[in-house]
Amino acid sequence: MTTTTELTETTLLRFATAGSVDDGKSTLVGRLLHDSKSVLTDQLEAVERASASRGQEGPDLALLTDGLRAEREQGITIDVAYRYFATPRRRFILADTPGHVQYTRNMVTGASTAELTVILVDARNGVVEQTRRHAAIAALLRVPHVVLAVNKMDLVAYEERIFARIAEEFTGYASELGVPEITSIPISALAGDNVVEPSANMDWYGGPTFLEHLESVPVAHDLAHCHARLPVQYVIRPQTAEHPDYRGYAGQIAAGTFRVGDPVTVLPSGRTTKVTGIDLLGEPVDAAHTPQSVTLLLEDDIDISRGDLLVPSKDAPATTQDIEATVCHVADAPLTVGHRVLLKHGTRTVKAIVKDIPSRLTLDDLSLHPHPGQLVANDIGRVKVRTAEALPVDSYADSRRTGSFILIDPSDGTTLTAGMVGESFASPEPVKDEAEDDGWDF
Amino acid sequence: MTTTVTAVPGETGTPYTLSHLDALESEAVHIFREVAGEFERPVILFSGGKDSIVMLHLALKAFAPAAIPFTLLHVDTGHNFPEVLEYRDRTVAAHGLRLHVASVQDYIDRGVLKERPDGTRNPLQTVPLTERIQAEKFDAVFGGGRRDEEKARAKERVFSLRDEFSQWDPRRQRPELWNLYNGRHAPGEHVRVFPLSNWTELDVWQYIAREGIELPEIYFAHEREVFQRAGMWLTAGEWGGPKDGETVEKRLVRYRTVGDMSCTGAVDSDATTLDAVITEIAASRLTERGATRADDKMSEAAMEDRKREGYF
Repeated sequence: MTTTTELTETTLLRFATAGSVDDGKSTLVGRLLHDSKSVLTDQLEAVERASASRGQEGPDLALLTDGLRAEREQGITIDVAYRYFATPRRRFILADTPGHVQYTRNMVTGASTAELTVILVDARNGVVEQTRRHAAIAALLRVPHVVLAVNKMDLVAYEERIFARIAEEFTGYASELGVPEITSIPISALAGDNVVEPSANMDWYGGPTFLEHLESVPVAHDLAHCHARLPVQYVIRPQTAEHPDYRGYAGQIAAGTFRVGDPVTVLPSGRTTKVTGIDLLGEPVDAAHTPQSVTLLLEDDIDISRGDLLVPSKDAPATTQDIEATVCHVADAPLTVGHRVLLKHGTRTVKAIVKDIPSRLTLDDLSLHPHPGQLVANDIGRVKVRTAEALPVDSYADSRRTGSFILIDPSDGTTLTAGMVGESFASPEPVKDEAEDDGWDF
Repeated sequence: MTTTVTAVPGETGTPYTLSHLDALESEAVHIFREVAGEFERPVILFSGGKDSIVMLHLALKAFAPAAIPFTLLHVDTGHNFPEVLEYRDRTVAAHGLRLHVASVQDYIDRGVLKERPDGTRNPLQTVPLTERIQAEKFDAVFGGGRRDEEKARAKERVFSLRDEFSQWDPRRQRPELWNLYNGRHAPGEHVRVFPLSNWTELDVWQYIAREGIELPEIYFAHEREVFQRAGMWLTAGEWGGPKDGETVEKRLVRYRTVGDMSCTGAVDSDATTLDAVITEIAASRLTERGATRADDKMSEAAMEDRKREGYF
């Protein structure tokens, strides 16, 4: 029997799936949930009932994941859904994203919080355009770990050379894009080979099963290479008899470590002071790390409010009103040059104007179209934005939290665009204005 | 290697990982503080059930040592468990909070709502809830909903915009990227906020155990007069049970969820402690709603349909 303590002392892995229609993504997700015993009897019964009422012979595991009426009616997944399952070693949050090219924004949404992305390919087809798109988005979002799941190995006689060829081609391509870690696993989601249990059909494969890999991939933050960042969310001032002078700056540490005694700078004002105390949800501590939610107490009573960024004085980012970024447009209405928007970065929301859209990426062949004039839903492109106030932005390559932003339509609050600050990561060369350019750039 | 490294303060450069409960707690606190920073009139839905109790506990931690900058709202179906109402009032008093109560019984007495033939009042909560939200001009409403509860909830955002009729349109949800929650809304609209979105039932129980949070007694095994209807053990009471042919018996039971008495079933259990409850849930082959909530069994899209109208 698993004890309470063992269950408590696990870690959490957030991961996202991507895969084209018919690559077997739903089957893989269904098998993971099913074989990890995360599908409970009443859920399975509901799926069996629904499948039978549609005249289907066996239970359709896709019904486990398609939660909306419209999805069940159309038999497709139209939106990101979040699934939860656990093994004794780890808890998992799965962002289940549709793989269709017109749902690029959903994959971007799922990948934005993921530590790992699973890219599924059909062993019979190998690396196809859609696989390259998924790899490009995983690279763009800087998901730390990528798994290539070569599915339907049962349909290619479990042949090692087929797997090896696909894995080699994908790894070469994804490494060029800057994907830091790639693990390739041959599976059959339908037959259950190498998903949860090792496959007897592929004794040539010496690596972990899919689930073993999910359970063991590191989720630790390497604090040595992080710039410490705390976006101030809220100022806590009890003004009670017990705490007449308490003034704490609350927020979730976006990156790195803060310690009592650290000299810190408040951005964008540039004032400096020192950390005199750290409260971790009511308990004083000497140091706190990302992603803890904390409250910092500072030596000087200076003007700090929601939207400010606290950083170590020796490691402050530059502030700027001109931001260049790679973006994914997520709204139905287009983003155009001259568009007046709101930009939310950390805890700060400022007015901004779209100054230029230098290029749009064609996901089909990863070529660049210069000056497209606008970005429509699911487009990925480069955008230059001018903000009304200076912002302390990091490069997305350095910090996924303080290097990202969203654009919001001020008229109705629609989330328009997901932005990643900084130079393109894939190609150090400047953007060339030829569509046939074989090096590509976001 | 799976790492469960807790970094030692003072060491630099060590890989650092939060336990899953700490990660969920930190995320929920971040959500509470975002709402406090961006909204004018937030309110926490508080029923005295375990999820809302955990929400309140997280809110207390998020703003410590200051008080919670929110009021509470309970939609009272008139069919609540007395132990839960007692817990609700005691908790509100202990933390010096303000509680709004919207009463389904009032609506029935005034003839605005009609009692359903099956006696279930859960679906009747939508009107009192949404009218109170409009009347008090609440612009952010915290709910304890979790995505693991139900497949329509699996599609729910953390910040979920409701129109001036409190309706949810699952096809027009804002994508949620990183932890950049978008709380923009027009006057009359509000945002439902779900800080426990990423928690599972087991997470909630483990957190309750870790934090030593007190719960109403009905969550633990106790002897109770119940009768069977549609495969569930229901508590006898003035709400309309038992009917002819249903016999009351004394059984050792506990509740996994707390809702309206007319549609919330008890489960056979001898779990009298938190550890025993956790062991029982970890081994259970039924979801909490599947085991004990009649209202979710009405149709394949029962939850989605009610949510569209403004229900949680």
